[in-house]
Amino acid sequence: MRCSREGVSLLRKTEIAVVGGGPAGLSAALTAVRQGANVTLVDRDPILGGQLVKQTHMFFGSKRQYAAIRGIDIPAELIAALEKEGGDRINMLLDTTVLGYYDDGSLLIEKDEQARVLYPERVIFATGAAEKMLPFPGNDLPGVYGAGAVQTLMNVYGIKPGNRVLMIGAGNIGLIVSYQLVQAGVEVAAIIEGAPKIGGYLVHASKIRRAGIPILTSHTIVEAKGAESVEGAVICKLDENWNSIPGTEQTLDVDVICLAVGLSPLTELVWQACCEQVYVPELGGYVPKRNERMQTSLPNIYVAGDVAGIEEASSAMICGKIAGLYAADDLGYSNNMEQLSAEFNRELNELRAGEAGAKIRQGLEKLSGGGRVC
Amino acid sequence: MLEKTGVPTPEQVKRAAPTEDRLKKGPVAVVECFQSIPCDPCQYACNQGAIKEFVDINDVPIIDHEECNGCGICISQCPGLAIFVIDATYSEDKGLVKVPHEYTPLPEKGEVVTGLDMAGNEACDAEVVKVQSAKSLDRTPVVWLAVPHDCLMKVRGFRRKGGAE
Amino acid sequence: MRITEHPIIEFRRGNPVSFTFDGNPVTGYEGETIAAALHAAGVRVLSHSYKHKRPRGFFCAIGNCSSCLMKVNGVSNVRICITPVKEGDLVEMQQGRGELVAQD
Repeated sequence: MRCSREGVSLLRKTEIAVVGGGPAGLSAALTAVRQGANVTLVDRDPILGGQLVKQTHMFFGSKRQYAAIRGIDIPAELIAALEKEGGDRINMLLDTTVLGYYDDGSLLIEKDEQARVLYPERVIFATGAAEKMLPFPGNDLPGVYGAGAVQTLMNVYGIKPGNRVLMIGAGNIGLIVSYQLVQAGVEVAAIIEGAPKIGGYLVHASKIRRAGIPILTSHTIVEAKGAESVEGAVICKLDENWNSIPGTEQTLDVDVICLAVGLSPLTELVWQACCEQVYVPELGGYVPKRNERMQTSLPNIYVAGDVAGIEEASSAMICGKIAGLYAADDLGYSNNMEQLSAEFNRELNELRAGEAGAKIRQGLEKLSGGGRVC
Repeated sequence: MLEKTGVPTPEQVKRAAPTEDRLKKGPVAVVECFQSIPCDPCQYACNQGAIKEFVDINDVPIIDHEECNGCGICISQCPGLAIFVIDATYSEDKGLVKVPHEYTPLPEKGEVVTGLDMAGNEACDAEVVKVQSAKSLDRTPVVWLAVPHDCLMKVRGFRRKGGAE
Repeated sequence: MRITEHPIIEFRRGNPVSFTFDGNPVTGYEGETIAAALHAAGVRVLSHSYKHKRPRGFFCAIGNCSSCLMKVNGVSNVRICITPVKEGDLVEMQQGRGELVAQD
């Protein structure tokens, strides 16, 4: 990429920069412009919506929060609201990558191989998450794909990832992507899960079982077979201590192995900014410490969505609203604060209140412990 | 058990089932949602007030079968596709199971398909009586399957003969 | 490998685009990435590991993992999973770490 001085000298000021245009970033930007702030929303993709653009299923959560609406239909609503209510206070920079954060609070951004500097007064990082990898022999073979990649191929480009898939992981992503594979006309040989229980919502699991797909809990992958690409997978049973049980190996005839073994927060920019972080396995790894306003240890930086801890899109959207609300408040746009903050917090607490939110609640408690900076 | 296999236990299915008396009165919804998750669209879907108002969004839905008229609006509103309508009064020897079906191609009216149980196993042959795919269902068509009475609490999906789901 | 019928999504593909992969003609569609077009054409091996020369394929599809780096129109290390395919693109399997090309 060209980094000429002329390029870098292109400066741009904004009140709030939102990095990432997924569910959290879109919600943060919308809330902040509604409060009256000027917002620049930056996303490296040519289209906004983040992972929502691949979610063909109806969302869970509160009817007030897009439940029963398909994920793919949510970005259009948020973008339309942003354009309508944001007017000239919203600036959307697409196909634009944030390369770095500097101590003076500026962001180095790149678009069309041109570097520029963005000077925001507040930054909201809503950078999302990356998929975790699983170690097993042959995991580098072509045909071993992340679940997100399978969704991209199938739900964005309309291309089948293969003919027969082994899904690894029975959390919500593994279950949902398996369902989507069947909808795309791809066979799913099985879903395997190391834990003794299905991690995702059981209604998803039941839907998949009705379609004839086996879900094998306490099972793991032994190896991927194949020379140039995946030609099969060997799986086996695990005992209660997660040790392989000899003699239980079976070979599945598959050409794709799809990994849905969890996500880790994309915290590179947060590290670079030297926000204090805490390692919280329940939230997916290192996550930035923040207060109830979603403000990090650096007062000008806020976080929202998966970068702040892996959770559902529904809660990411509310965290985005909270971050947008307080970042704007900090700049003096403080309309209706009490009511809005009470409303957002109530919605968030409701989502996290039940059994399904237990892990998140545990994780959030650990956040109060001491953190580290890079 | 459900958490291990994804298939509801016979006890759970029984708990969700309407009484014999209620079944004799006509179509009725069965809600096979057994886990506390943050999800509430079903309570708003029901115009009859049969699905009780949630105290907490994590509540497991409670349906009063006596208040349910079996209209089926809730079927395609449930993000988990866990609501079905059973009509035991369809004919002497057959009842209807109305199932959400988000696969293509949709079956034809009159087509005989293979009814699948909650584990995806073949349960019986089923005749497609109606296919609802109005725009208001938002891409969750509902397929009415005529099955023998003893399969009403078993069949929850189907496969088209000749391979396709 | 292309999905022709889907219960939820209506795929609107752009105009056909012709490009070459290691000299062989491939057809993709406007609006899709080089990686997507190659996958649809059945190309699974996109690169090889530097040391052991093990085959590498598509993995993350969002420009994170470097598994799909290829030489495109003479430029090495192009992340083809996020690079839109264009008419006439010359796409080649890259050997090793690729070369730097002066652009100015």
